[in-house]
Amino acid sequence: MSSLRALIVDDSSVMRKIVERSLRQAGLDLSQVLEAGNGAEALAVLQTNAVDLILCDINMPVMDGLEFVKQLPGVENAKGVPVIMITTEGSEAHVVQALSSGARGYIRKPFTPDQVKTQVIPALAGKA
Amino acid sequence: MNTRSELLASNSRERWVTLLELATREVFQLMLGSDLASPETEAGRPQGVTSMVGLAGQLCGVLSIRCDLKAARLMTSKMLGVEVDKVGAEMSDALGEICNMVAGNFKNKISGLGDGCMLSPPTVITGSDYTTYSIADKPALETMLMFEAMPVVISLEFNA
Repeated sequence: MSSLRALIVDDSSVMRKIVERSLRQAGLDLSQVLEAGNGAEALAVLQTNAVDLILCDINMPVMDGLEFVKQLPGVENAKGVPVIMITTEGSEAHVVQALSSGARGYIRKPFTPDQVKTQVIPALAGKA
Repeated sequence: MNTRSELLASNSRERWVTLLELATREVFQLMLGSDLASPETEAGRPQGVTSMVGLAGQLCGVLSIRCDLKAARLMTSKMLGVEVDKVGAEMSDALGEICNMVAGNFKNKISGLGDGCMLSPPTVITGSDYTTYSIADKPALETMLMFEAMPVVISLEFNA
């Protein structure tokens, strides 16, 4: 798989680092990792940066992950880019809500690099 | 969806303590690569860092994790894959995330609670000279586990 540009959206900088490490441990070749602390910051990042993959928390201040995903169809740099939600909210209702909002996959915290790989690789393969 | 009273009636305190321990062990194993142990002898009460996450909805209360500063720094080190002496301000963020994951993992293990209980953003207190007041109307569920031979106390105070 060619090198990827990833956007990691989480209000915890520690969690952003762990997600990046998990992506690398999952064998993904990351050429660029962009970070944002909430959905609004992520939308601003996407105004000037194209990415291949977005990993996003749900519960965040200012703009949560579900609202962020709903706004992505209007963002040129996000068209066809798979979004994987990573969150502690692991209930079935949250999963359904995330997927119906446009997310391509869902990872529950705590997670292993293998779980990240299981969600991310198929999502990238199905990238429009 | 269960009512709060049905939820509590169907879950014994012993079962909840077991699930609390399991939820904590899983977070430490998966995110820190550490296997927590049960204390073999009576360990002193840790103090120094307290991480708390509020629960609201079908279960209202606070889940907290207490440990010594040395344990907190080592947890952060393992979580981030950095040397202990390089751990800085991110320690509070790391401890908050650990508590958040334990709370989420715990509620997801209890039928009917995953959808019916929301988590607050975590709060982390550093220091030991403080008191807390809780509106919990039940005795706290509490358990102690050992992280690298250092005690970690996991506590759930709740209102039913």
